[in-house]
Amino acid sequence: MLKTRVVPTLLYKDFGLVKGTAFDSRRAVGSPMQAIKVYEMRGVDELVFFDVTATANNTGPDFALIDDLADECFMPFTVGGGVRSVDDVYRLLQVGADKVCFGTVATTHPEIVGEATRRFGSQSIVVAIDVRRDHAGVRVTRCSGQEDTEFDPVQFARMMEDAGVGELIVQSVDRDGSMDGYDLDILSAICSAVSIPVVASGGAGTYEHLRQAITESDASAVAAASMFHFTHQTPQAAKEYLAEHGIAVRL
Amino acid sequence: MSPRVAIVDYGLCNVDSVRRAVEENGGDAYVVRDGNDLDRPDHIVLPGVGAFGDAMHNLVDRNLDKALAREVLEVGVPMLGICLGMQLLATSSEESPEVDGLGWIDATVQRLQPTATDRRVPHLGWNDVVTTQSHPLFEGIESGTDFYFVHSYHVCPVDSSVTIATSTYCDGFTAALAAGPVFGVQFHPEKSQRAGFALLSNFLGL
Repeated sequence: MLKTRVVPTLLYKDFGLVKGTAFDSRRAVGSPMQAIKVYEMRGVDELVFFDVTATANNTGPDFALIDDLADECFMPFTVGGGVRSVDDVYRLLQVGADKVCFGTVATTHPEIVGEATRRFGSQSIVVAIDVRRDHAGVRVTRCSGQEDTEFDPVQFARMMEDAGVGELIVQSVDRDGSMDGYDLDILSAICSAVSIPVVASGGAGTYEHLRQAITESDASAVAAASMFHFTHQTPQAAKEYLAEHGIAVRL
Repeated sequence: MSPRVAIVDYGLCNVDSVRRAVEENGGDAYVVRDGNDLDRPDHIVLPGVGAFGDAMHNLVDRNLDKALAREVLEVGVPMLGICLGMQLLATSSEESPEVDGLGWIDATVQRLQPTATDRRVPHLGWNDVVTTQSHPLFEGIESGTDFYFVHSYHVCPVDSSVTIATSTYCDGFTAALAAGPVFGVQFHPEKSQRAGFALLSNFLGL
């Protein structure tokens, strides 16, 4: 039976790992290489690495850094942040990313996403959908949550599935770093609207939050940053908790 | 002497993870981009991500199809196809119906058909690999061990005796096959941590 994945997320800014709240006020939490070696040793299911400044600075991905990190990463490795073109995807795959994640560009130039899935296959292409709630409703945002778009999250998720994307990472900007739990309403709506895997992200603070995302919204994977970096909780103990609650995980 | 392992690069995917994993398991890995540079390897790995048609075009353009056939089918050098690399061993694929595969295994490649319980494609994540016959490739690996998969298509062999392991997703499919010196795995041993390394180490021992 296919196992639900528990995925630590690493956010990288300038020279170190950071942890944010609502996609802002990011605090440094250490060296990416060190973190990857620890997660490698612990045998986590998968790692997601986001370079959160690459989009804002328009610098593109740091290929040399990803090359170094991927050499130590014998687990599935998804890389996002600043991915602008099909050529960026190609170079990231070449240096060792297993999956490449589009963010802002998916909202401004969705045709680039389609071109990438045709060339590299669905299984290599992921899109992060950053969602924010306000009085007007729910919207997809871009540029690390700085700008709203006109896209409705469910409509945008379907559009990405039609473009051939192999997986979606649904991130709640409001819940990011809050450790109050995922936005289950948005997750459920997207999970039932598409037939590709969906990763829940943004807001996990306890093992119970992970369980809720899986059982109440049918997410294929649960991602978390704060709860693994700032608390004593670990991916392995999370999976033991999920297994006790009848969820298939890799122990 | 560590075995010399040719990693075939046909320009679509990351060969670096495979190269690193082979090295970690004691292989002397080198990357081959043209059939003329194959240089008498002890083992060959054909990795793969991307589309079937593009992959076959690139193999042919780089003289790799004939050079690999000579080494594997005539000399008998063991070759492991990984993911798309396994699918290329088949005669054809639904993904690119107009393109012939290597045709070393009498098999077609078909798209995974979603079921009520397994409705999401690609099949992405860790899933059990159940051995259907005893084989040195899986020596020391318990049947049912999880390996990492990421694929939308799967190989359907005409002769089921080449299947050495299966997985359960979408009503089940061939997860590993073996026919003489030709081996294929639909999962990614280079990304499957301890279990994957055990399998690669077994392969290098063949």
